[in-house]
Amino acid sequence: MIEVAGVGKSFTVRRRAGRIRRSRTTVAAVDDVSFEVAAGEFVGYLGPNGAGKSTTIKMLTGILTPSSGSVRVCGLDPSRQRTTLARRIGVVFGQRTTLWWDLPLRDSLTLIRHLYRVDAAAHRARLAELTGLLELGPFLDTPVRQLSLGQRMRGDLAAALLHDPELLVLDEPTIGLDVVSKATVREFLARLNSERGTTILLTTHDLGDIERLCRRVMIIDHGRLAYDGDLSRLRATVDAGRMLVVEFARPCPPISLPDVIVERVQGPRQWLRLPRTANAAAVVAALADRHEVRDIALRDADIEDVVARLYRQVGTLAK
Amino acid sequence: MSVFPWVAWYALRRYTAYPLSSVAESVTNTAFAFMRAYVLLALWQARPALGGYDVTDAITFCFLTQAMIGPVQIFRGLELSDRIRSGDVAIDLYRPVGLQGWWLADDLGRATAELLLRSGLPMVAGMLVFTLRPAGPWALAAFALALPLAVLVSFAIRYLVALAAFWLHDDRGLQAIALVMSLFFSGMILPLVVFPGWLGGIARALPWAALIQVPADIYLGKRTGSDLVAALGFQAAWAVALLAAGALLTVAARRKLVIHGG
Repeated sequence: MIEVAGVGKSFTVRRRAGRIRRSRTTVAAVDDVSFEVAAGEFVGYLGPNGAGKSTTIKMLTGILTPSSGSVRVCGLDPSRQRTTLARRIGVVFGQRTTLWWDLPLRDSLTLIRHLYRVDAAAHRARLAELTGLLELGPFLDTPVRQLSLGQRMRGDLAAALLHDPELLVLDEPTIGLDVVSKATVREFLARLNSERGTTILLTTHDLGDIERLCRRVMIIDHGRLAYDGDLSRLRATVDAGRMLVVEFARPCPPISLPDVIVERVQGPRQWLRLPRTANAAAVVAALADRHEVRDIALRDADIEDVVARLYRQVGTLAK
Repeated sequence: MSVFPWVAWYALRRYTAYPLSSVAESVTNTAFAFMRAYVLLALWQARPALGGYDVTDAITFCFLTQAMIGPVQIFRGLELSDRIRSGDVAIDLYRPVGLQGWWLADDLGRATAELLLRSGLPMVAGMLVFTLRPAGPWALAAFALALPLAVLVSFAIRYLVALAAFWLHDDRGLQAIALVMSLFFSGMILPLVVFPGWLGGIARALPWAALIQVPADIYLGKRTGSDLVAALGFQAAWAVALLAAGALLTVAARRKLVIHGG
């Protein structure tokens, strides 16, 4: 479905280097990335902000032309055969909308039918199906500007799927959604993939999306593919654990306890990383024994922690 | 059926979705029409027959051109500029149809909506207060061709200005220049017929003349016979040339593309 071989994309950035002169520097947003996605797969594509996720997606959809390497999607060259390709894939940019702000949702979907030249009968059936699955019924006739973010996102998903694409590319589809909306969207995507067999490529910052949906994960950072494989193997290799933020009564030297790694010290505050297997209660008790503790917060490592850790162990990961 | 008629139809509906705001703009256009009318009146009383216009021509020109501000879009650029700045243009670029055709269809729908909602009031108010020159049937028919051509040229210019945002990190300076050019060289501030000598010659040859001055002259019956054909040809030639430039620039923009904001 997707074949990416040695793809790079660099941008030229001009900077002032004197009164008139500008110096040009080339920044590689994506650097020598290769991967393949087979039909029917559900792949998560992660990475911190600026890692190259969106650039990759723009190359897959033909909006950007790669500086080097080759991209094939559905057997087509996206930048040369963009129009043909667009009729076979669906794309959702989570932070942008394809819907007409001032018009009812139903009208936007009608226009998209004409855009993709779907015949009336097929459109009616597909719209009825998507309306049921995404629960669009209550707001089909509401102007898009009055929809909540969750409703709008479901509308955008319907818009991307009306022409029944083989491949769905999602760029942060759950960004900003509440827990219930996220669950609806995830449930829908899981069914789309398992029942209809639509191939899905999903970029996100939300580990929950990945855990719930994807068997395979690719991680990109600084434009390079750092990991490509099973989610479970990623978990096993990269135990990012939890972060314990402790505030002591007064500044003290970095804590030394078994299993605990001190990530940061700032005045009386210390950031301690605990592996998933560590007993947090015991660690807290041991800390309280040694110093006067003012405040404590414990949180799960987020995607940035996973990626940051991944990078420290990049040598140990078999690609 | 092609999607473009639908895009135009949706734009028409979008721009008629807030009729009150259109009426407010129309009232503003009418108020300014009276201010301009009294300035022109003073000018033509001091210099009768200036530029081949009499007082009635000048007043008719004034109200007619105020009525054309909406459809020909003298004061505003394309919404596309904002979309390039915000990165929403990614959505436009991804669609399986051309960028220029899409926005042209959108702009034709917009112009129709503004013609319906904004152009009536200035004309009616002018007729009630002053004597306006009525256009003959031939002049009116020719004007019905000239007005869409004016919208095409206006779109073509605004599209080129909007696309420049792909190269400039901040296009507000260019937008300001574009506004001054379209105000001054279209004849909106003063009819181009009063510009003397070489300045007048240049002003009447530039594409902005096709927006206001040429259609207004056609309405006033100043261009007839072969001169009328030349006037429409002038508009059509600029429309073709600028739309072609826009098509070339679209290809270049796609090639070099940096979409702001990921």
